Amino acid sequence: MLNSQLILNQSIIDDEWTFVALPSENEEIKKQAGKVVLFKLTGESSPSELQINETVIPQNSKIILPLSVYLKNREALKTRLKNNEIALWLATHETLHALITIEKDINIFPLIAIFVERFQDGRIFSLGNLLRTRYQFKNTLRAFGDVLQDQLFYLKRSGFDSYLIKTGKDVHEALKALQSFSDPYQGAVDIKEPVWKRRVRS
Amino acid sequence: MYQYDNIDQTIVNERVAQFRDQTSRYLSGKLTDDEFRPLRLQNGLYIQRHAPMLRIAIPYGLLSSKQLRKLADIADRFDRGYGHFSTRQNLQLNWPKLEETPDILEELSKVEMHAIQTSGNCIRNITTDQFAGVAPDEIIDPRAIAEILRQWSTFHPEFSFLPRKFKIAVSGSKQDRAIVQAHDIGLEFYYDKKQKMAIRVWVGGGLGRTPILGSVIREHLEWEHALTYCEAIIRVYNLHGRRDNIYKARIKILVKALGIEEFKKQVEAEWLHLKNSPNTINENELKRVAKFFTSMPYEKLNDQDDVFDQAIQNNKAFASWVKRSVHPHKQKGYQSVTLSLKPHGLAPGDATSDQMRIVAELADQYSFGELRVSHEQNLILADVKLKDIFNVWEKAKAHQLATPNIGLLTDIICCPGGDFCSLANAKSIPIATSIQEAFDDLDYLHDIGELELNISGCMNACGHHHIGHIGVLGVDKDGSEWYQVTIGGKQGSDASLGTVIGPSFAAEEMPGVIKKLIDVYIKQRNPEESFIDTVRRIGVNPFKEHVYA
Repeated sequence: MLNSQLILNQSIIDDEWTFVALPSENEEIKKQAGKVVLFKLTGESSPSELQINETVIPQNSKIILPLSVYLKNREALKTRLKNNEIALWLATHETLHALITIEKDINIFPLIAIFVERFQDGRIFSLGNLLRTRYQFKNTLRAFGDVLQDQLFYLKRSGFDSYLIKTGKDVHEALKALQSFSDPYQGAVDIKEPVWKRRVRS
Repeated sequence: MYQYDNIDQTIVNERVAQFRDQTSRYLSGKLTDDEFRPLRLQNGLYIQRHAPMLRIAIPYGLLSSKQLRKLADIADRFDRGYGHFSTRQNLQLNWPKLEETPDILEELSKVEMHAIQTSGNCIRNITTDQFAGVAPDEIIDPRAIAEILRQWSTFHPEFSFLPRKFKIAVSGSKQDRAIVQAHDIGLEFYYDKKQKMAIRVWVGGGLGRTPILGSVIREHLEWEHALTYCEAIIRVYNLHGRRDNIYKARIKILVKALGIEEFKKQVEAEWLHLKNSPNTINENELKRVAKFFTSMPYEKLNDQDDVFDQAIQNNKAFASWVKRSVHPHKQKGYQSVTLSLKPHGLAPGDATSDQMRIVAELADQYSFGELRVSHEQNLILADVKLKDIFNVWEKAKAHQLATPNIGLLTDIICCPGGDFCSLANAKSIPIATSIQEAFDDLDYLHDIGELELNISGCMNACGHHHIGHIGVLGVDKDGSEWYQVTIGGKQGSDASLGTVIGPSFAAEEMPGVIKKLIDVYIKQRNPEESFIDTVRRIGVNPFKEHVYA
């Protein structure tokens, strides 16, 4: 049995991609209404120049780069991109705006990954949907971070086909959740038509 | 009413299996509290003061007698023999056991019921007018679209983890009874110039900590686009609503921050992409669902009935109950009857399992086996023949379901409050019962006339206190319970939010405060003028001065 937490479609597979993180920054703890702020605002806090510049880009593997680091090094990465070695990741509070303004065809990336820091952050579903429907992304769409069994069905329906299950959680159990509902009501990314258009109902 | 086909039934069955698995993973320690919380909430399960609370969905407030009997059986078997009908037309059980909730859901699924999305940061139970389909002022019966919305919103993959809860109300009558202006989205149906069904779309209303009445985002939307337009609104909200502060996370805050014009611009831009996408409703689907909501097989009757008229003449108690509890009907010879869940001195909105069975029997005998739950927390038999009303009254009266106080001061709208709810700052039921006891003189009550009194135990406003003619809000001051009073709120097409009259009161002062407010009204009112109209005419000050004198 594979020692992997990664699901692609219906199978557990080894990860051929190397994840490139941003160097961490000392972020101050923010509070709102007496509580620690757990979610970043959409469009807030892009990585700093320093973080972007200090990110080490591995040379000899297939890598998933932060969107900001890719945009900064776009020219230098052209050949590797052609060799299918460059993928992107962005977090749920980032918007797709920068990406789609600069890359007319996002299918040059074999994989785009969305980082969800907390599973309750439903922006990941809208981002998946937009990438698949509005921007016609056809390659692998991966969710990583706080990715748990009980959100997989929604992720699948929102266009994701790859899920890196959180460390410590049972990936085999998680796999089952992709089949939670056999015939969902509404049209979404995976099954486009709502049930009343798919079936004859009494 | 709507009947499940295999597709509906399979979805509900699969949900039961899913929740059974989630609960067992939680109990065995595989899911943390934080991971389980949104899952149980999306099945209506709260962890409360004494026990969990389970909120069962009653889509748009419509129930069959068979379903109500099942609810009675569940209340007996899994709870303490009663349930609480809420201001969102749902039923809450106060004493279920966490480990038994999957069994409760399984029982519910046998009568086409569930607890899906009755809580959590998702699209909640769709609500509407309790007189839908029978009201004489109805333009369009909104229930078919409400059912289509229910199905569309059930496990909507994109909108199951929104910044905060999301409530949609639909209405199709001249006089709004669904409070569309106090919802995240309100859909108001009408016929446009071409005699085509259209929707006026309200957005960004809500009560809670920051009460705001909604704004019209679109004056005219063709009905086919109801779902895709909602998707556009909710997508903008999902992406840009605030997740950093729970108190600023509702859509109303986003709409307010952007301004309705900018918000509309963003929604319309989003909708350009979604318009005519597969979730666009078609004529076939509307027809398929609408056929479940066609008129009942009414008999041809006269507008007048001798038995009924004589009973009114001969029985004063019956006559005064009829005045409050019987409502006009579009069909000649039929009326709608409200059964009061507000007997004086008991928790507003509560019904015992025996009462539920009696109401089920009444529905079978006199109202085509169906009933409605109103957001005022009463039960309605929608289609009763004039000649049967006296029989309904006698039976209802024998079971404490005929307090003649509908629409009057003691028909108090009230959340469970600090007796049960762990969010509450203060108790609300004892305030309600002490006011009911202070106004136990029925003649006086009828003389005061139309008055809506709403009580919430905290600023989450489950008792809708902002839109009560008199609103009472429980607040916590240094660990003790106090009550803030507002007047001048109103539901309906001319909705308004109440104004705080001044510093809050202790619990024992509350009946006296209400009495003083009523004194001012009685003294100042014009003939036939209701409490709310007097407040609107003379303003808050005369009331304030007398209460704090």
